[in-house]
Amino acid sequence: MERLERELRTKRDAGRKLLVPYITGGYPGWQAAIRAAAANGADAVEIGIPFSDPVMDGPVIQQASQFALEHGTTPAAVLDEVPRLDVEIPLAVMTYYNLVHHAGPPRFAADLRRAGISAAILPDLPLEESGPWCSAADAEGIETVMLVAPTTPDDRLPRLVERSTGFVYSVGLLGVTGERSSLAETAIALAARIKAITDKPVLVGVGVSNAEQAYQATRVADGVIQGASVVRRLMDGGADAVGDYVAEVRAAIDAD
Amino acid sequence: MTATRPTEDVPTDSLLSPPDDTGRFGEFGGRFVPESLVPACQALEAEFVEAWGDSAFRSDLSKILTEYAGRPSMLTECHNLGAELGIRLILKREDLNHTGSHKINNVLGQALLAKRMGRTRLVAETGAGQHGVATATAAALMGMDCKVYMGAVDVERQALNVFRMKLLGAEVEAVESGSRTLKDAVNEAMRDWVATVGHTHYCLGSVMGPHPYPWMVRQFHLVIGEEANAQSQDLLGSLPDVVVACVGGGSNAIGIFSGFVDTESRLIGVEPAGGAAVSRGAPGVVHGMRSYLMQDEVGQVEEAQSISAGLDYPGVGPEHSYLASIGRAEYPTVTDAEVVEAFQLLSRTEGIIPALESAHALAWIKREAPHMQGQSLLMNLSGRGDKDVDQMMDILG
Repeated sequence: MERLERELRTKRDAGRKLLVPYITGGYPGWQAAIRAAAANGADAVEIGIPFSDPVMDGPVIQQASQFALEHGTTPAAVLDEVPRLDVEIPLAVMTYYNLVHHAGPPRFAADLRRAGISAAILPDLPLEESGPWCSAADAEGIETVMLVAPTTPDDRLPRLVERSTGFVYSVGLLGVTGERSSLAETAIALAARIKAITDKPVLVGVGVSNAEQAYQATRVADGVIQGASVVRRLMDGGADAVGDYVAEVRAAIDAD
Repeated sequence: MTATRPTEDVPTDSLLSPPDDTGRFGEFGGRFVPESLVPACQALEAEFVEAWGDSAFRSDLSKILTEYAGRPSMLTECHNLGAELGIRLILKREDLNHTGSHKINNVLGQALLAKRMGRTRLVAETGAGQHGVATATAAALMGMDCKVYMGAVDVERQALNVFRMKLLGAEVEAVESGSRTLKDAVNEAMRDWVATVGHTHYCLGSVMGPHPYPWMVRQFHLVIGEEANAQSQDLLGSLPDVVVACVGGGSNAIGIFSGFVDTESRLIGVEPAGGAAVSRGAPGVVHGMRSYLMQDEVGQVEEAQSISAGLDYPGVGPEHSYLASIGRAEYPTVTDAEVVEAFQLLSRTEGIIPALESAHALAWIKREAPHMQGQSLLMNLSGRGDKDVDQMMDILG
């Protein structure tokens, strides 16, 4: 078992709810935002490597990605900064498969390892197409977090969970990333389905929009990923706003 | 879940064989979609395989293609322009189909399939608006809701088609992200489908996207090639020496190629110089498929630049990548200036105003005719140019 899953399991088993904020790499202030998140109770951070055609992302993350790309962000530019972040928590990257495919899975996996990244999340790489990446990632000790969706049938679910390392990403709703006024019922239902068949950490992401929704989701799931609500604060208020928000969510999910 | 391969009435060594179990033509194709859409793609594949093998479905489709879309489309020999260029030039008149292009073949097939699957809503992307108009038309005919995503740049340059879609009862959303053209309209349609997959069918407009789309859309366009093969033998007494079509995603090209891919005829797919996925691209993964793709040195998708909204696309359907990789079809490019000239040439010499997309095929023919003297050329006139007249008025002053 590699670092991300090991650390998340240890904390989960000690009774802690898990919080993983998402930060768009290359957006101005992103490094400070990651440090602020780490200092305010994040258990890991998901770093987005911007891609030109992010089909799983809604307007907020699209806008941050496009801004970063227009200002010259590349995968190498993001990964080069990672060793200098100097945070104690494990880091994952979230990006789209063409950037991996273009570099070649072995080279991309090696680049992640050298940068000190623990895991990768590739939302447009489903199980059936994941072979070349997973072999390369396994060889480099990079964990691959698989996504499970509300539409995933019962007979398919165990295979996704089995292949997933780091944690299992339970997609909270049918739709793209972005803030919603309430937590979808599907978020709780799917997290419960996954929890019933695995002891791997199960985190809900997509549509977990504030501290209250994070609290609701963690009554069933082991933790939450927060994307658009974090990136919006980075864009509006910089790293300090991210730190304050992470602290607020931390406090909420620690309640009880 | 793996769908059973259908029994095709093609020999096993035919280039028209279905893709493999992973949806690949050679190394191209596949199904690169978010997990939310995987079950929907699997269900669509299974339903298509069943419907395609069901004589009742095929006969419903055939009836609607005849009685509603106006098939078969005829061949027209261009005697004036042929004499001028020193070739025999034959047009396959997909421009005479209902709604003005070949797009209706695929849309009627998918709409019937969506209905069979109990879906009540269609979403589509569109570039020039031809696929959007065709989808809006099928939705109107079959009593379904319809939403069409169109790049904001294209909404501007294809205002006539935007109005037609609205007239047909569709909602049109201008897409403001990215390059604000066809590529971004596809992204937005996929985002819609991710959120609405329970009741919505994504009516993809070309031989692209995740499996089964490239294959399914090809099957719905086989009718072009089947008709053209028989018609050209009647007209010429033989098969044409060269078959030419424009290529964006490549649906009209794959349709007409299908009738000749197992023959000796030369196959030419003409791409715009500013959207030349095959000649300028490298294999990449976007919009659910692995195919040739224009991208930068790290793999960001490049923006295409073409006068024609329908071909303004940085990728290409995976079967075209396959045909290119094995050397069966050629994919030259033409410039916008050559296209503008070809657009006027066909109008003036034959009294036929071609779509700007189709004018790409003619631009290549005009340029290369000196090297093909005396040969017979079959060109797919994929659409009519009425939609482009406003844009051409601006360009030609």
